[in-house]
Amino acid sequence: MRLRCRRGRAMAEFLLSAAAFVVLMVAAGLVRVARGPGRAERMMAAQLLGTGAIGALLLFAVATGEAAVLDVALTLALLSAFASIAFVKFALRQDQAPDDAEDAA
Amino acid sequence: MISVLDLFSIAAIAGGCFFYLAGTVGLLRFPDAYTRLHALTKADNLGLALVVIGLLPQMSGLLAAAKLVLVWLLVLLSSAAVAQLIARSARRQGGGQ
Repeated sequence: MRLRCRRGRAMAEFLLSAAAFVVLMVAAGLVRVARGPGRAERMMAAQLLGTGAIGALLLFAVATGEAAVLDVALTLALLSAFASIAFVKFALRQDQAPDDAEDAA
Repeated sequence: MISVLDLFSIAAIAGGCFFYLAGTVGLLRFPDAYTRLHALTKADNLGLALVVIGLLPQMSGLLAAAKLVLVWLLVLLSSAAVAQLIARSARRQGGGQ
């Protein structure tokens, strides 16, 4: 299905280059995954990946006129939220497990 | 010929790209977990907001424009919640650094 939008050809090229720039920024931000130091920082880089990819997908959807890409961005918005919440609830909680047990006792 | 709406779009999207740059630089350069979180969740959401506002004049259908705004609202809501969760877990792990 085609997206109904009124952008011209030059505008489409500008939107595509903006999407490329955003993807480049996300790639630079992923250095934080390698450097750490904590798990919270690595999770933040994943959050950056989510926000940046959604922005790039929206730009790409309007530039190419593909309506399906908008749905991909919507799905990614949902998934990245659930990924972060699940990570905080389970992966980060593991460090705290002994303390929680002491608190309960 | 560039119309006023196109000019508005270009300005807003360029501003959005600048805030994405600011968010990445903040995430890489700030000293501890809280300031990194601050840069990430505020600057990046502002970047996404400006990108969405810049894309709105390019849409001709109301439904697709509403979907853009829906994506933005969803990201705002989730990143506000996730920022609180990450900050709390960083504090439990000992003050970010």
